[in-house]
Amino acid sequence: MELTISIILGFMIIGAIYALHAKDLLSAVVAMGIVGYGLVICFLLLKAPDLAIVQIVVETITLVIMVAVVLDSTRDEIAVTFDRRSIINMVTGLIVFAALFYFFILAIGNLDPLGSHTLRMSESYVNGAVEKTGSVNLVTGVLFDFRAYDTLGEAVILYTAALGVLTLLRMKGKK
Amino acid sequence: MEGMSTIVKKVTQLMAGIIFMYGIYIILHGHLTPGGGFAGGAIVAGAFILLILAFGSSALNLKKEVSGTSNVESVAILIVLLLALMALLFGIKVFFFNYLPKGEPGELVSAGVIPLYNIFIGIEVAAAILTIFLALVIFKEESSK
Repeated sequence: MELTISIILGFMIIGAIYALHAKDLLSAVVAMGIVGYGLVICFLLLKAPDLAIVQIVVETITLVIMVAVVLDSTRDEIAVTFDRRSIINMVTGLIVFAALFYFFILAIGNLDPLGSHTLRMSESYVNGAVEKTGSVNLVTGVLFDFRAYDTLGEAVILYTAALGVLTLLRMKGKK
Repeated sequence: MEGMSTIVKKVTQLMAGIIFMYGIYIILHGHLTPGGGFAGGAIVAGAFILLILAFGSSALNLKKEVSGTSNVESVAILIVLLLALMALLFGIKVFFFNYLPKGEPGELVSAGVIPLYNIFIGIEVAAAILTIFLALVIFKEESSK
């Protein structure tokens, strides 16, 4: 299974890199779709159907909105000029990437194997959830009972995002 | 924004209701099967977005719809907060306490307040996504006139 996930992750990286360098913005949006739907398959392979449902719906809606925006505005990317400043930027980026990669290699040796948990809290979440919450779906039990503050925060974030979009896009002021 | 071709309109007429009902199912069965308020709300919003894209905003008279969805969203998140506040009156008086009787695990009506949270979070998510979509589609038209 790790091999399958690695192959899908490789495709996602290729799609992301292509989306950065595509001349046509519409094909860049479609290449970003590879990343999203690849993530859906990864979630399904890792046995997280709740996340997979949310991801596939949100990815589709985002793609539709992005395609509508691209078709409404422009399909050409801004021309990039290459000068001394961009060389400095690239060198800085490479140094930061090398440093992060080194520490990533150091840290990954100390990680637990995939799927095992170390926290004492997760033990009690997994074992007694049905008796404590009455919800058969463990994810919903955690979301709306043990971690209800998280859910409230997510809902407030969505509410604020909608308010922000309404405020920013309102061209005419209210009289 | 004008609508699409006759084929798209006909298929949309057939599919939009089924997608809407699937979203309602995901919300109502959130405490039994995978899914819940967030996933179901996004699916419900997707059904409306499909209708709007296929038939065009002019055919559906969507001028005042933006304030409508934004009102629905505000009321839904207010009800979620009130449901959480009502836990301060019952039981062990803790915010977000599950105060309703739990029932038998596995039944549709069980798990106390969790289905109610699911329903109102679903309404909130659907209205929020729809508000963002309508703002992107309609405000552009109104500003370009």
